[in-house]
Amino acid sequence: MLIAAKARGIPGALAAPGWSLRWRTLGEQDVQQRTDIRQVGFTDGIQAMAPLLLAVVPFGLVLGVAAAGSAIGGGLGTATSQIIFAGAAQLVTIQLFDEGAAAVIVIVTALVVNIRHLMYSAALAPHFREFPRRSRLLLPYLLTDQAFALSILQFEKIEDPVYRRWFFLGVGLGLWLPWQGATIAGVLLGAQIPESLGLEFAIPLVFLVLLIPVIQTRPGLTSALVGGIVAVAAHGAPFHLGLVVGAVAGVVTGVTLERMGEP
Amino acid sequence: MWISVAVIGAGTYLTRLSFIGFFGEREMPRWMELPLRYVAPAVLGAIVLPAIVQPEGVIELLPAVNPRFLAGVIAAVVAYKWRSVSLVVAVGMGSLWLIEWVF
Repeated sequence: MLIAAKARGIPGALAAPGWSLRWRTLGEQDVQQRTDIRQVGFTDGIQAMAPLLLAVVPFGLVLGVAAAGSAIGGGLGTATSQIIFAGAAQLVTIQLFDEGAAAVIVIVTALVVNIRHLMYSAALAPHFREFPRRSRLLLPYLLTDQAFALSILQFEKIEDPVYRRWFFLGVGLGLWLPWQGATIAGVLLGAQIPESLGLEFAIPLVFLVLLIPVIQTRPGLTSALVGGIVAVAAHGAPFHLGLVVGAVAGVVTGVTLERMGEP
Repeated sequence: MWISVAVIGAGTYLTRLSFIGFFGEREMPRWMELPLRYVAPAVLGAIVLPAIVQPEGVIELLPAVNPRFLAGVIAAVVAYKWRSVSLVVAVGMGSLWLIEWVF
């Protein structure tokens, strides 16, 4: 079993053969089989998420440090990791509150940042259809960029709904727990660091990394540039509306370019 | 602030639940899908650019006045090549402190 898991290397790449191999050997005991699919799915999920933690843990640390040194504070900063559980939206919330933005602007911006979950939800919905009702209500809380990417890949390979459900739980918790740990560690660390170091600059730096994969197409790049330039130009607008105006301009640009048939 | 965070949390959960919980059988309509693809670049651009060219509210590109622009450019190059959060934060913060120290 260990060899099968190790041989996979890249999460999901060879998971199907490895899994069916184990499934067949255990298939003789009917009662145990069911429990084991759960366990295999859950473990596979945890293992698939593990390499991504290299990127997630520093992100969580930065978030905690930034929260501790900002208007939102360490307590509420930590709570965003449980209440929102979406890194980019949490960072936006922390940064905007620190700049003194109005609550409505913070809420709208954070929700716009998170609107991509609609896409993930739509793509996963057919696979979740066979899950029990309670899972369909609770599991989406754990839906993140990473959980989505790993599950959609794995769901194409393995159709068993029990396996899928436990795989998603493994992936979800495999991210949730380290995220909480990293945020708390960051808050504790941040409380020790003087404000003069300008650590809040780490927030746009993280966004810079998130920006790279989404500007690989020409409309994507133009959309980001227009969004940025309009936001800069509209900086003087009240209530931080510049950010919202810039974002809308960027989306309109991207959609228009794609409609016009740009690659 | 607590109330805002709670509203954002609830809204986020609802977007995650949306198609899984409510629309089960329905596919996402195309008119929704297209704009959604550009939300990420547009919002991120609108956050990042002002943060590096006008941290104090006025556009400043000179490293002596606004070290964040040069540090941001250096970090962008590193982000483009390696895409690692820890590396970019380390290089970006390092350059910021170095530029501040030099000028």
